[in-house]
Formats: sequence, C-alpha cells, structure tokens
Amino acid sequence: MAQVEGAFNRLANPTRFMALASAVLPWITGVTIMLFLTGLYLAFFVAPEDYQQGHTVKIMFIHVPFAWLAMMGYGLIAVASIGSLIWRHPLADVAAKTAAPIGACFALLSLITGSLWGKPMWGAYWVWDARLTSMLVLLFLFLGLMALWQAIEEPSRAGRAAAILAIVGSVNLPIIKFSVDWWNTLHQPASVVKLGGPSIHSSILIPLLVMTLAFTSLFFVLHFMAMRTEILRRRVQALRLTQVDAAGRSAGVQA
Amino acid sequence: MSGLDLGQHAGFIWASYLVSFLVLGGLIIWLRLDANRQVKLLADLEARGVTRRSARGAAGKSSKTGKKSSR
Repeated sequence: MAQVEGAFNRLANPTRFMALASAVLPWITGVTIMLFLTGLYLAFFVAPEDYQQGHTVKIMFIHVPFAWLAMMGYGLIAVASIGSLIWRHPLADVAAKTAAPIGACFALLSLITGSLWGKPMWGAYWVWDARLTSMLVLLFLFLGLMALWQAIEEPSRAGRAAAILAIVGSVNLPIIKFSVDWWNTLHQPASVVKLGGPSIHSSILIPLLVMTLAFTSLFFVLHFMAMRTEILRRRVQALRLTQVDAAGRSAGVQA
Repeated sequence: MSGLDLGQHAGFIWASYLVSFLVLGGLIIWLRLDANRQVKLLADLEARGVTRRSARGAAGKSSKTGKKSSR
C-alpha cells in the first residue's frame, strides 16, 4: 500500500508528470489514430444496417462514445476534486480544471449527434426527455465549472470553489445513467452496459467498442496536452509574481 | 456492409460526423495554440532572467556545495 502511495506521489509531481506526458503522448497519439482508422473502417465498410435504424446506426458509433466519455470526464473531475480538496494536491487541481472543456465538447457533441439521429428516427430534434435533459444539465455543469475557473483569479481559491461544485454536481451522473429506468423516456434503455450482457449483435457492437476505445484514447491525449499546458501556465504566473516581488524589493531598497 | 452509400438519411449521418470533426478539430487547434503561447511566455520570462525559487534554491545549494568542496 505504502509502495503504491509512494509511486502515486512520485507520478503526481508536476515536473515528473511533464516528463512522463512528453514521453507517452506520441505513443498514445499513434494508438488513437490507428483505433480511429480501424473503427471508421468497421463502421462504414463492415457493420450492417440496423433492422430498425437502417444506416443511421452509424451515428450511434460516435454518439454513444461521446455520451459515455462526457460522463467519464465528469467522473474524473469529481474524483480529482476530492483529491484536490482533501490532499490539496496541485496536480489534482490541474486535472480537474483541464478536463472541463474537453468534457463540455464531448457532452455538446453527444447532444448534437443525438438530435441529428432523433430527427429521422423520432421525428424531432429535441424532446424534454429525462435522459436528454439530464445530459443537457451535464453540459451546463461543465460550462459552470469553466466559468467558475475564469471568474476567480487565484487558482487555489478557484480550485476549491470548482471542486465543491463538481462534487455536488456528480449527483447528476447516476441520474443520467438510470434516467431511462426511473422515468418513462423516449430514449431507449441501456443496451450495452447492463445486467445479462449487451443486447446488440457483435457486427454492430464491435465497431461501437473500437470507436469507444478510439475516443477514450483521444480524450486522454487531449487531457494530457491540456494538463501540460496548465502546468506551464501556472509556472508563468509564478514567475510573474516573482518578477513583481523582485521589483517591489528593489523599489523598497531605493526608497 | 454499406460503404459510403448511406441511403435517405445520409445528410443526418454526414452532418453528425462533420460537426464532430469540426468541434474536435477546433478543440485540438485551441489546445495547441494555448500550449505554444505558454511555452513562448515562459521562454520570454526565463530569457529576462526571471527564474523559479526552486531553480534559484537549487543553484544556491550547488554554489554553497561548490564553496565547501573548494576549501
């Protein structure tokens, strides 16, 4: 246990994280490209038409990963926020802050692609269904976190306020997941992650899982990139403060 | 297997993929530009001789060690 904690602490050091991210990023980027090429080939040239949805099932190959990863992104923010509040670890703070815009893009894309699927299948771009509405709330939570980070200038204060909002907002995650069971919704119930196994044929399930892996890998590439930049931004801020301190001291000596 | 002939709802399918490509492409470009900007700002500050306390501390320690060893 102590060894695991020690390894985590070593990794959580921002300088070590920068070195690790630089070494790992080209590899994950390569894996992401390969997964996308495979996933798109399977989606467009191997997967058959769905017996009900026809060709629009191809929208599901991107819509479902966007929705899952938006939720995973928020879960990541909530866990990092707990780390940030309890251990006051700056890297947890950085992880939480930088996941918000990426999660917001994924949530937005899940809503847009869902509505582009809904129009031909349901006859409407939007309905105030429990699943759709709770997903819209998730997008607003991401935007709220981003606004909070921008509104409070000092990173540690902004981090604490955003962490509290993120943890409180995480109550929305089970609501999204179980909305299709708790309420009578137009959105279909779970068909992949459910008791008794997936109810989708492997010819559609495999492309969906490959595309999900591709988008998951992309999420982490973007998150690592954003975390690296955020660490640099904080170094710039620290150096500017050092510069102001030095200017203040030299002005004091002259006076 | 359907290839690129996507039937009567092709517009909705292509629009989904196009919007996703544009939003994610925009996000990648924004992240790259932000990273380049921070690297440039950091390089400018370091070129003006502004260094981190940890870097100064390390330099101070090594110079002290240097003095001891020279005695």
